[in-house]
Amino acid sequence: MCTTCGCGQADVAVEGESGTVHGHDHHHHHHHEHEDGHDHHHHAHAPGLSGARMVEIEQNILSHNDHLAWHNRDDLTRAGVMALNLVSSPGSGKTTLLARTASDMVGHRPVAVIEGDQQTSLDADRIRETGARAIQVNTGKGCHLDAAMVGRAIKTLEPEPGSVLFIENVGNLVCPAAFDLGETAKVVILSVTEGDDKPLKYPDMFRASRLMILNKTDLLPYVPFDVDKCVEYARRVNPEIEVLTVSALTGEGMDAWFDWIAARAAEIAHPEAAE
Amino acid sequence: MHEMALAEGVLQLCEDHARKAGATSVVAVWLEIGTLSHVEPEALEFSFEAVVNGTLAHGARLEIDRVPGCGWCYDCSREVAVNALIDACPKCGGYRWQVTGGQEMRVKEMEVT
Repeated sequence: MCTTCGCGQADVAVEGESGTVHGHDHHHHHHHEHEDGHDHHHHAHAPGLSGARMVEIEQNILSHNDHLAWHNRDDLTRAGVMALNLVSSPGSGKTTLLARTASDMVGHRPVAVIEGDQQTSLDADRIRETGARAIQVNTGKGCHLDAAMVGRAIKTLEPEPGSVLFIENVGNLVCPAAFDLGETAKVVILSVTEGDDKPLKYPDMFRASRLMILNKTDLLPYVPFDVDKCVEYARRVNPEIEVLTVSALTGEGMDAWFDWIAARAAEIAHPEAAE
Repeated sequence: MHEMALAEGVLQLCEDHARKAGATSVVAVWLEIGTLSHVEPEALEFSFEAVVNGTLAHGARLEIDRVPGCGWCYDCSREVAVNALIDACPKCGGYRWQVTGGQEMRVKEMEVT
C-alpha cells in the first residue's frame, strides 16, 4: 500500500502518463456524495469503552471503486465508446484473441486497448503491431485492474468517439470479478485446454460475465473438453450467459464475435432500441 | 488476493467517517458480508489486520455478520435459500435461478473514540 496516501496504488504504472511527484493523481477528493441517504439510527452494537461511540457508515466496501467506475462509464458513454472487460485465467489466449480482433477490426471501427499485467509492456506492444492504439497498465503486485487504474488509462489513451475499448484484465479468474471498471460488459474467455468444469470451480467470474468465449477450438480433437457440458455448467451459475466458440488462431467463429461486438455497440449508440 | 484491496476499502471508509466524526481512533468495525459475495471472510480479516497497522484503526476489531444467500427460481417462481452460486434450487433441483440476496459487502458501522 502507498504510504503517502494509503491508496494501495504505489506500484501501479500507466504507460504514457505524465508523472507527478506522488506518482499518481487519482481522486482523493471524491467522497461518494451520491450514496443513498441513511437517516435511521438503529444500533445493534453498543460501544464497549467509556468515551466510545458508534458511527454509522452503511456503505459498500467497494463504494470508492464503484464511484470511480461510475465516472468511467459516464465518460465512455458520453464519448460513445463501448468498453469490454476481458477476463480469464492466464494462458486462455486473451491476447491472441485481442490481437486478431484488433487487426481484423482496424479500418472498420476504431479500436483502443488497455492491457493489464503485473509487469512488462509485451501485450500492449503486440496490440500496437496491429495498428490499434494500446496502453499498458502494470499493476505491480496487484491481482486485478480497478476503476482508478482504468480511469487513468482512459485519460491517457483518449479513445476516439465511437470506438470499441477492450480492457484486457490481469489473467486471474477470481479477483477481477469483484471490480467494476465502468465497462459495458465483462467477457470471460475459457480455452478448451482448461477444464470444462471451470465455470463451477470459479463461479463468481462466470456469474459476472455477459458472454463466455470458448477459445482454441482448433484443439478440440486433441483434448477431452466437452463443450456442451461446459455451457451447461456456465448456465448453472449464470442462466443468462451467452456463449461463442472461436479459434483466435485459425479465425474460426470470429465472425460471430464481431457480430456480437457490433450488436453491443448498437445498443450503446441506440439504448432505447435494445429494450 | 483481492481481499487486500477490499480491506483497504474498509479502512478508507473508516478513515473518512472517523475524520468527519472527529474521532481519533477506531476500536471496532462491523461488516455485513453475504455468503454469495466475492469475499472470503478469513482472508479479509487477515488483510484488515495488516492494512490498519499504523493507522487510526490500528488494532481495531473486525466483526463480520454473514448474510445468507437467496435467489429467485424461475421454474418454481419463488424465492429460495442457497449457499453457493453452484447450488441447485432446493425445491426443484434446477439451476435456473438468479441471485436476489447474499451479495452484500457493506461496512455497517464502527466504534470510535
